[in-house]
Amino acid sequence: MRLASTLTVSFRALRRNAMRSLLTALGIIIGVGAVIAMVSIGNGAKSMVEAQIAALGENVLLVFSGSFNQGGARSGAFGAGTLTPDDADAIRREVMTVIAVSPEVRTNAQVLANGLNWSTQILGEGADYLAIRGWPLADGAMFSDADIRSVAKVCVIGQTIATQVFPDGSVIGQTLRIKSQPFKVVGILAAKGLSVQGADQDDLVIVPYTSAMRRVSKQTMLRSITIQASSADTMSLAQNDIIALLRQRHRTSEGTDDFTVRSQVEIAQAATATSNTMTLLLGAIAGVSLIVGGIGIMNIMLVSVTERTREIGIRLAVGAHGREIQLQFLMESIVLSVFGGTIGILLGIGVSELLSRINSWPTLVSTTAVAVAFVFSAAVGMVFGYYPARKASLLDPIEALRYE
Amino acid sequence: MAAVVQLEDIHKTYDSGEVQVHAVRGVTLDLHKGEFMAIMGASGSGKSTLMNTLGCLDRPTRGRYLLDGVDISQLDRNELADLRNEKLGFVFQGFNLLSRTTARENVELPMLYGGRHFSVSEMHERAMKCLEIVGLANRADHFPSQLSGGQQQRVAIARALVNQPQVLLADEPTGNLDSKTSVEVMGVFQKLNDEGITIVMVTHELDIAHFCRRNLIMRDGRVVSDLQVTDRLIAEQEMAKLREAESAAKLTA
Repeated sequence: MRLASTLTVSFRALRRNAMRSLLTALGIIIGVGAVIAMVSIGNGAKSMVEAQIAALGENVLLVFSGSFNQGGARSGAFGAGTLTPDDADAIRREVMTVIAVSPEVRTNAQVLANGLNWSTQILGEGADYLAIRGWPLADGAMFSDADIRSVAKVCVIGQTIATQVFPDGSVIGQTLRIKSQPFKVVGILAAKGLSVQGADQDDLVIVPYTSAMRRVSKQTMLRSITIQASSADTMSLAQNDIIALLRQRHRTSEGTDDFTVRSQVEIAQAATATSNTMTLLLGAIAGVSLIVGGIGIMNIMLVSVTERTREIGIRLAVGAHGREIQLQFLMESIVLSVFGGTIGILLGIGVSELLSRINSWPTLVSTTAVAVAFVFSAAVGMVFGYYPARKASLLDPIEALRYE
Repeated sequence: MAAVVQLEDIHKTYDSGEVQVHAVRGVTLDLHKGEFMAIMGASGSGKSTLMNTLGCLDRPTRGRYLLDGVDISQLDRNELADLRNEKLGFVFQGFNLLSRTTARENVELPMLYGGRHFSVSEMHERAMKCLEIVGLANRADHFPSQLSGGQQQRVAIARALVNQPQVLLADEPTGNLDSKTSVEVMGVFQKLNDEGITIVMVTHELDIAHFCRRNLIMRDGRVVSDLQVTDRLIAEQEMAKLREAESAAKLTA
């Protein structure tokens, strides 16, 4: 018997029990749907994390002031307060593979303009900060090195600040009061949206780090230094040089370091590993339901073989080979599972679409997941259909015809 | 004329646990083209076993069975299946049609298997021709549940005919039918036999056996009588008699 007629026979048999076929396929529909939806959610989270890591800028190294130990009491991260603007200058001067450096301090302050006030984060940065981060301006210009040297009262504001305190739209050249001191707005940042954690990345004001340290928060130490290496290849070299330089300047050695140097790659790897684990976990849980669906198919196919013993007897009597009977039942279970798989893929895409609309979760339907789910559902049909089909093919025609 | 079926000292023994059941104990017979034979006997006489052997559903334990010159004891499961497909047609007591499958699709069933491949239109055409022979062309798209017992058995006969078999085997074909419908079905068999088709049927009804040309009686696995029927009943005449009797009894108009 040709494949086409086997397929016809299988379709006819499935159509004869349309309701049962649908319910059987439901196990696979839900299984595949769950896999697709879960993997989409996982992938969405991953792509968002990756986008955010990429937003850090290219070939970026971060030096954080680390914890320090004073008489047995250890401070937390950023607690050392030993990272100075001089360290940043030294790195810029002495590490050959570094092309840009931006010292950073952070503080929170109430800002005021037009009689409107808003509590926000104040970032003190170097003039290269936006270039390192690859963060474009929507309007105006970044402050210059001259502004940093002169401890100028200038600032660049995020979109949220612009809408909150300058509702009438004219922003550039306006005065923003930070801790009662007038800062001139020289630029507006392009919108960046929410972070993975849901924080508003546009809710900030960037001022020269010198101004932040002396005029806003009166701190003398840096929180961190953002550094850009000349290329991806020189990153580890730059990292080693920076560590060596800072150890020399701070007179520390491995184990007693009061700073940490992290490369963007490390941060990215950690974040991606987390979201990969999550995707895998979600996929695995959904995969269990796919296997349960497969067992459902096997169950129904076994019932079907028993119920249709007489039909098998007739087919054998009129000249069907055992192999043809086997193929017919195998085909039925494959048709069931592939049908279920196809509907399940559509369902999964629909559900992830729905989730991203309703909960505004990022979802990303992966074509690999779709392909794997489809192949896997066909395989489920083949694996779980094999035993019932084999059982059917081994029936004795006389016994089968006599079966009541 | 060469025999279509040649049985030489056929034995069949079943191993049911510790007891050996000797169902057929040495049957020898020839069946020629165009014969119409009834096998009769009480339950346990071995007639069903002999029928299964004739139908190549089962191989004899001992003895030789030549079907159309082919020794079937040498064939494997698949070769037997092909032989059944090409040379034999089966009619069963319980009709054994596939439910929720139209009469035409039921008749097409044997053409789905075997070595010959038919196109969809060829299958359709041949099935319709066989349904015409049994007088059911107008019921081709009906499901078995929409047909009477007699009509279902005629569909089964059409299915048995569709691959132009050497021998038509019928296992108690009238067992589930009332007497009038039985005569009707026997009429179909007689018509086919008149056209030259060889038929073997198992029955335990004497009057049904009277429609055949040759009666074989079995007891305890042996043939005890093998006679040509002298006063053969003709189905058409019997139908006419039944109709007369019915109208006399005002059963029909």
